[in-house]
Amino acid sequence: MSSVLEATRAGAQTAPARRPVGWLRATVERESVFSWMIVTPPVLFLMLFLGYPFFYGVYLSFFQREVARPATFVGFGNFVKLSQDPIFWLAVKNTILFTAVATVLKASLGLAMALVMNQDFKMKAFTRAMLLLPFIVPTVLSTVAWQWIFDPGMGLFNRLLMISGLAKTGPSWLGNPTLAMVSIIMVNTWRGLPFFGISILAGLQTIPTELHESATIDGAGTWGRFWYVTLPSLLPVIFIVTTFSIVITFFDFQLVYVLTGGGPANSTHLMATYAYSISMGAGQMGLGSAVALSMVPVLGLLLAVLTFYVRKA
Amino acid sequence: MVGELTWRKRIFGLWLPLILFLVIALFPFTWMAATSLKTNAELYNPKASPLYIEHPSLVHYISLLNETNFLVWVGNTMLVAVIATGISLLLGTMLAYPLARMRFAGGALLALAVAITYLIPQSLLFVPMADLIGRLQLGNTLTAVMLTYPTLLVPFIAWLLMGYFKTVPKELEEAAMIDGASRWRAMTRIILPLCLPGFLSAGIFAFTLSQNEFLYALLFLSKSSVRTVPIGVVGELIRGDAFYWGQLMAGALLGSIPVALIYSFFVKYYVAGLTAGAVKG
Repeated sequence: MSSVLEATRAGAQTAPARRPVGWLRATVERESVFSWMIVTPPVLFLMLFLGYPFFYGVYLSFFQREVARPATFVGFGNFVKLSQDPIFWLAVKNTILFTAVATVLKASLGLAMALVMNQDFKMKAFTRAMLLLPFIVPTVLSTVAWQWIFDPGMGLFNRLLMISGLAKTGPSWLGNPTLAMVSIIMVNTWRGLPFFGISILAGLQTIPTELHESATIDGAGTWGRFWYVTLPSLLPVIFIVTTFSIVITFFDFQLVYVLTGGGPANSTHLMATYAYSISMGAGQMGLGSAVALSMVPVLGLLLAVLTFYVRKA
Repeated sequence: MVGELTWRKRIFGLWLPLILFLVIALFPFTWMAATSLKTNAELYNPKASPLYIEHPSLVHYISLLNETNFLVWVGNTMLVAVIATGISLLLGTMLAYPLARMRFAGGALLALAVAITYLIPQSLLFVPMADLIGRLQLGNTLTAVMLTYPTLLVPFIAWLLMGYFKTVPKELEEAAMIDGASRWRAMTRIILPLCLPGFLSAGIFAFTLSQNEFLYALLFLSKSSVRTVPIGVVGELIRGDAFYWGQLMAGALLGSIPVALIYSFFVKYYVAGLTAGAVKG
């Protein structure tokens, strides 16, 4: 580096030394060279810390590898083992159910939130900031609060049920398989709803008012304007937000890890928490990698849909 | 008649649903605060009102600060979030600038790769990542998370910044270069300063995400002195006995406040970052 600087200084004084420096500078100034010089460090970083773990995970999934034991190659053995594992299939079913229900709830309630927010009222910016709070507060911390809300003895839900006289003793929210599933869907919806609401609201604000005006002139009522103007204009936003949300929800880990730990009796295990409990709890890294990799087809499908959509648009 | 109609529309179309959404969004925080300010005697008394506080007390906060490593966790979380955000902004800019403003061999492929890495979730990578960190002997060091958080943040930041970088006209940089500035100078002195709102959006988003991160922290940080707030709270404040909710809620509330404060100062940029991907496509 310093030699280059010296050469530059020397080049400024004596004419003959100028040519190689000029050549170097001209090379660096070329778009492709400059681009790759700048892009290389982040690319190397991502290759080491994203690319390498990913392919190493694929490699691991073909081995039976337990902590502090030599690995043995088992081919597709881990995947065969998983296909015969009822808990794995339960986790697959739970993940799909959890993602589907939570996404539908978030999208429909988010649309409602956006429509309500898209009116003129005082303290709008402040209200929007308040509504976004569930999304920005560290998930684990709000999930711990929800755990206490669900507490069977003194939690808020059961206290309210008892005070209002709706029930003598409240249910065990996280202790009953069905209710536990309902509970994790509830918390996920609570947290993700503002993301939908605020994104759709931003989309609503880009719809030109002329569209609504001309629809009104053509005789469209409130419902007609919503159905023929608002909703079609919003579809791209809803599509993108939903796809993103599906990715995040499908691979969710911390919510279930904190709230139920996958219980009671594995009834709320998602694929991510099951992968964790196999690899970190039981120490079977190979099998755990196989569980994690079983989620790749879903990711691939979503990526394909998204790429197709972006190409079309 | 018409006045009454719009009035009714205002109540059922705006105020009632708005209040409902606000109550749903905020009641867990109210419950957190109410719990943290009650003494155990009041907290576990079935006859006391669940939300009203009869004898407010800071006893849970005092025990949280005196008996646990909570302040150490807050310090660790801040340090990690600042450094991870800094590294990510630097690397993200280096990735986004050429992709947004230059034509080079492999550029299109690289843009696609960034988009794909953006969507690769942590739960897919954590098993081999734990192995990698173990082999680099970084277990139980803050370096482990400072190095791994940028893998979550860089693709996102690059994607967000590309949008901002594209909005600056190419003529600006061409003019600077005709005046004798190098590409590097044109980038650092002309184009990047114009994209400050983009850096604020990306930075604030990365910062809140770093504070939120759980899985890698859970995997790599098991010693109390290196823990961050989320795993400290889950790993050490949840104990076997039943009477820990007061302290736990005090921790959850205090742990949320720094994020909420920073967010409240930059809410405009946060919303811009949040909606950039969706609205711009």
